[in-house]
Amino acid sequence: MSMSSQTAGATPRLHLSKDVVQVIYRLLAAGLLCVVLAVVTDSFLSTNNILNVLRQASLLFFLASGLTLVILSGGLDLSVGANIGLSACLAATVIKATGSPVLGTLAGLGSGTLVGVCNGLMVAKLRIPSFIATYGMLWVLHGLTYYYMGGETIHGFPPGFRQIGSGYFLGIPIPVYLMLGFLAAGTFFAQRTVWGQQIYAIGANPVAARLCGIPVDRRLILVYAFSGAMAGVASLVFLARLNSAEGDIGEALTLPAVAAVLIGGASLFGGVGTVFGTFVGALILTLVLNGMNLLAVNASWQPLVTGVIVVLAVWLDMIGRRRT
Amino acid sequence: MRAAVKSPPAPEVVEEKPDLGTPLLELKGISKQFPGVKALDDVSFAIWPGEVHMLLGENGAGKSSLMKCLCGAYQADTGAYFHMGEKVEIRTPTDAKKLGIAVIFQEFSLVPYLDVAQNIFLGREFKSKIPGLLDRRRLYAEAQKVLDRIGLEVDPRTKVHTLGVAQQQMVEIAKALSQDASILVMDEPTAALSDRETERLFAVMRQLQAKGTAIVYISHRMAEVFALGDRITVLRDGKNVGHAVPGETSPDQLVRMMVGRTVDMSYPRNFRAPGDVVLELKDISATTGIADINLVVRAGEIVGLCGLVGSGRTEVARAVFGADAITSGEVRVFGRIKQGGPDVAATEGIALIPESRKTEGLALIRTVSDNLAVAGLPKLFPNHLFSPGRARRSAEALIKRLRIATPSPNQSVGLLSGGNQQKVVIGKWLAAGARLFIFDEPTRGIDVGAKSEIFALIDQLVAEGAAVLMISSEQAEIVHVCDRAYVMRGRRIVGELSRSELSEENIVRMGMHDE
Repeated sequence: MSMSSQTAGATPRLHLSKDVVQVIYRLLAAGLLCVVLAVVTDSFLSTNNILNVLRQASLLFFLASGLTLVILSGGLDLSVGANIGLSACLAATVIKATGSPVLGTLAGLGSGTLVGVCNGLMVAKLRIPSFIATYGMLWVLHGLTYYYMGGETIHGFPPGFRQIGSGYFLGIPIPVYLMLGFLAAGTFFAQRTVWGQQIYAIGANPVAARLCGIPVDRRLILVYAFSGAMAGVASLVFLARLNSAEGDIGEALTLPAVAAVLIGGASLFGGVGTVFGTFVGALILTLVLNGMNLLAVNASWQPLVTGVIVVLAVWLDMIGRRRT
Repeated sequence: MRAAVKSPPAPEVVEEKPDLGTPLLELKGISKQFPGVKALDDVSFAIWPGEVHMLLGENGAGKSSLMKCLCGAYQADTGAYFHMGEKVEIRTPTDAKKLGIAVIFQEFSLVPYLDVAQNIFLGREFKSKIPGLLDRRRLYAEAQKVLDRIGLEVDPRTKVHTLGVAQQQMVEIAKALSQDASILVMDEPTAALSDRETERLFAVMRQLQAKGTAIVYISHRMAEVFALGDRITVLRDGKNVGHAVPGETSPDQLVRMMVGRTVDMSYPRNFRAPGDVVLELKDISATTGIADINLVVRAGEIVGLCGLVGSGRTEVARAVFGADAITSGEVRVFGRIKQGGPDVAATEGIALIPESRKTEGLALIRTVSDNLAVAGLPKLFPNHLFSPGRARRSAEALIKRLRIATPSPNQSVGLLSGGNQQKVVIGKWLAAGARLFIFDEPTRGIDVGAKSEIFALIDQLVAEGAAVLMISSEQAEIVHVCDRAYVMRGRRIVGELSRSELSEENIVRMGMHDE
């Protein structure tokens, strides 16, 4: 992985930061899950199933990666699911009206980002707690989307556009490439840019960050804008895959995205976590749900299991950190 | 057990014991082991009724551990406690309370959103005649009595979070007093208090003494040790290194005991001719209430900003740094008018070392390396790309230069001692290339050795051409260290003292409210 190469190069003695250790444990857990599922089910290791898992994980990861930055900064964005709904419907309308997938994509990304900027302004400038600001935004977006759609469904998009959701390249779904791309970009941004480091600093202690000369307000607005933009990305992939847009399209995705971030090791208090951890968190969550499907476990159990994993992951982290 | 006290100054105490009768509380051979460190090693000490027992030692010497054993927060591994000659156990805080031991810790234990009275009687509320309800009238009446006793003019209905640090400290003291403790333990109670509040606290302590209350008092201030102490115990590395009586020892002697080496208390400075004006404030007023502030700081000089706690010193520092909004006036830095927030201040080479390093200066959960880089990120990485290797090399250089005691740059900064944490706060501004340093109480809660190091560092900064504005509540520091000083009172600057006029008496005279 990328993180071991940075530490091994400079010093002969390999020292692993807590973050890296955390991610390694999670990778081991994901690996163990795969082994168990491969043994107890016949169909887990089939190419189809693996690609299916990755594709499902990718949707979750788009949302969760933007959310990771928000949580790193010490905030929370509950509006991402509702943002998907609005952005998907606007993108669908634009594609239908103009026939241009490019304009539709811009509309989806633009509306997603704009919603994020609004969240950021509420949190940074009006000093509204992020939980409240984005929770309110969730309802506002739902209302706007339902009013706009009036119960209608928009469906049937050009095949070129549908590629980003259901297409393949070299036998692997396009969303999986997008996921790896955003994983690399998100990790680079968080670990290797000044802005990324400043976001960690803000999450760890916002008062100290401000008194260190970090422009806290601007960075917070940026972080919420990123989260909104990633909701825009998710809306487009979702739209292209479903080939139809409805008002409630993203509603069920918000809390699983939060779960993926928490399973991935980020702290809701801010300053702790990695985008790569969230990637592994999204994988673990998807693997578990996939395994339950393969084992024909009643779908009603899925929320329960999700809850148990989240609590367990956070608890094990707390124990691990106390010891070091 | 008594023979176990081996240190040379001890015999005098042993001889004195018979004269005083049975101690109120005696600790014998207390040891406490933590993984990797022996916090207390065979410590013995005794307290008699009506005396103030000073506990001295550098940070990490074992004072806090000893206090925690005394109040039942820790259980000693070995050793015994005797209360009025009888062997007792202190295993839980309840045991300690039963013996009449009350402790005022440095970190406050107040509940911010409860009011003063509720905090004072927390867990000991008065029950109303109607079962299940509380007698609020009695609560406020009793609270008012305690507040009157310590002379704190605050409405008992005030929510604690709206009070300043000094007032919170007084509430903490009121809380301990209300328990009618026979043994009161105080950890640096005056660190956050102004001189006037300190005086009031001392008066209360003398009242308590007269009533036979024994007081264990931890302090870093030598003047207090000699003004208040009846007896002094010095700890070093968890061991009892000596007992002394104020009349028979000197500050230098005590400091030598504490650090085990000679530390010069006078903080030597090399005074030189100042250079160009670096900071100039013209008629500054700010939303925080400071008004008509005029001051000048030149390159190569350390300018003091003194006055009582609450006189507006911190507010001036924050206004210069852009942390609070200025309503009128002009701040000039390096000759140019400065506008904007802390981000602008940082890019213009201004550094603020804030009053509270844990809440305002550091990200405690992050590493030493992260904290050292955080203010200098734009300067260290002008192309916006962060390099962990470069950050670590910069951190290693600063750790070496500032002699920060840390096992590695990857250590969480929260695990360092106070003095080393302060060095990290200073270090991050060195990484940022700051040329104007504003220190707000740079030595609060720091042991004597680290204090000298920090002053040596400040002297080195000005020798290299930096300008320093230093806020301190310890007048001795201002007098020894500063080229000149401004004195504040009631959120205004009331006077300026040149090097030759600079004396503790002059500062106190100018800064006092009651004239």
